[in-house]
Amino acid sequence: MHLIAAEGLTVRYGAATVLADVNFALEPGEIVTIVGPNGSGKSTLVHALIGTVPAAAGRVTRKPGLRIGFVPQRLQLDTRMPLTVRRFLSLPLRQGAGAIATALARVGVPGLQERQMTALSGGQFQRVLLARALLARPEILILDEPTQGLDQPGAAAFYRLIEEVRNETGAAVLMVSHDLHVVMSASDRVICLNGHICCEGTPTTVGAAPEYRALFGLGTRGALALYRHEHDHAHAHGDDHAHDHPEREGESV
Amino acid sequence: MFDDFLARAVLAGIGTALAAGPLGAFVVWRRMAYFGDATAHASILGVALALGFALPVFWGTLAVALAMGLAVAALAGQGHAMDTTLGVLAHSALAFGLVAVSFLPGVRVDLTAYLFGDILAVSKAELGAIWAGAAAVIALLAWRWSALLTATLSEDLAQAAGVNPAHERLVLTLALALTVAVAIKTVGALLIAAMLIVPAAAARAFARTPEGMALAAVALGALAVVGGLAASLALDTPAGPSIVAAAALLFAASLGLGAARDRRP
Repeated sequence: MHLIAAEGLTVRYGAATVLADVNFALEPGEIVTIVGPNGSGKSTLVHALIGTVPAAAGRVTRKPGLRIGFVPQRLQLDTRMPLTVRRFLSLPLRQGAGAIATALARVGVPGLQERQMTALSGGQFQRVLLARALLARPEILILDEPTQGLDQPGAAAFYRLIEEVRNETGAAVLMVSHDLHVVMSASDRVICLNGHICCEGTPTTVGAAPEYRALFGLGTRGALALYRHEHDHAHAHGDDHAHDHPEREGESV
Repeated sequence: MFDDFLARAVLAGIGTALAAGPLGAFVVWRRMAYFGDATAHASILGVALALGFALPVFWGTLAVALAMGLAVAALAGQGHAMDTTLGVLAHSALAFGLVAVSFLPGVRVDLTAYLFGDILAVSKAELGAIWAGAAAVIALLAWRWSALLTATLSEDLAQAAGVNPAHERLVLTLALALTVAVAIKTVGALLIAAMLIVPAAAARAFARTPEGMALAAVALGALAVVGGLAASLALDTPAGPSIVAAAALLFAASLGLGAARDRRP
């Protein structure tokens, strides 16, 4: 049984079609990464799967009683609502002090219980969000660009943490990302999205697909270009990789 | 003690503060101040309709406040700009209400009693209605508390946890309509929003958790009621506005307290 599936899913915001005819299913334990440029509908797909965005056509099915651990792209809290980390972790289901302490320790930020949410650093905040997702004892972790606003080492550490907790819990993972070179290796499947599914498959298949090459594009070109330039001297001459991103060359050198 | 008009006034005010405290916290958290205004202003139309059809004012205001809340929610859902929608609805409802009152045949309605409240003239029956309404608001909020908080923080987090944010908005709309119906007698339609926002805003300086802020809002609201009524008695000022003025002074004091606490290492 699929944990979550979309059949012929189409989403419109007013007159604009953001997603067209998306077919997608996630199996238990699977790690799937969704990549795509800005405005390609990645977050919209996640929201449609969760149920905050209605389908204009097609349908989304979730396993009845599916426990979702959701880490949003950003959560804007302001100081109007006083909120300790402990209280936040108990929403909406009350959690015991022991479970909260364990979850915080697991994500590497022990002892933050009495801190105000608004007083956390960006890295602490994302880890607390992950702790909250874990407390739901999720069958699926959904992460929508969870490392936005973290610096490179912070993002890398966060991805390692996600991989660890997923290995411990066996939960399926659905991750939206544009840090493709970091997450791809851990994924069973990569879906390349641009208003529709352009291509999908194993990380290697997608990385080599012409549709993917055509798209990337704004999201990962910088990182990939950097990576390639390291190897330029050895073997890249004559390889068209280095030349199909000419406008990026100046920045990368 | 119910035979003393002052005791009834204090009890009516505290009943209002009991409902307005926790609901006011949500109004502050969700930036619903103008929504509260719109619902409260619409209640004047409810007063007119109730008097016209010889119905109890409580039910008239409740029905119209509820209709207003639902209309606003529906329009906002269709993507109309929220502040414009509310600006149009709030003031047109007040205007239509005032016009409708003028049509009432043979009834010389003292409008100021509904615009500014008439807390010193609260009857035993009205006191009962106020406390019943406040109890209903508190029961509603307590029942949905955790879901309401989650939906207020993030609709995505709520939906992922199986909480429907639209239902929670409806709960708040209903609670708001009830509170308006309760408070129109104590502080009046024009100042209801103040009873929602000012104690809750003042309570922020004292609280570390959402629950703490809601309770502090009730305490500060009750304090404003007692202080305002005392001032009204001593200085011969109108009761409803005196209560709101007392709440505003508490808010000003809380600003000083918050600043002092922030300076502490």
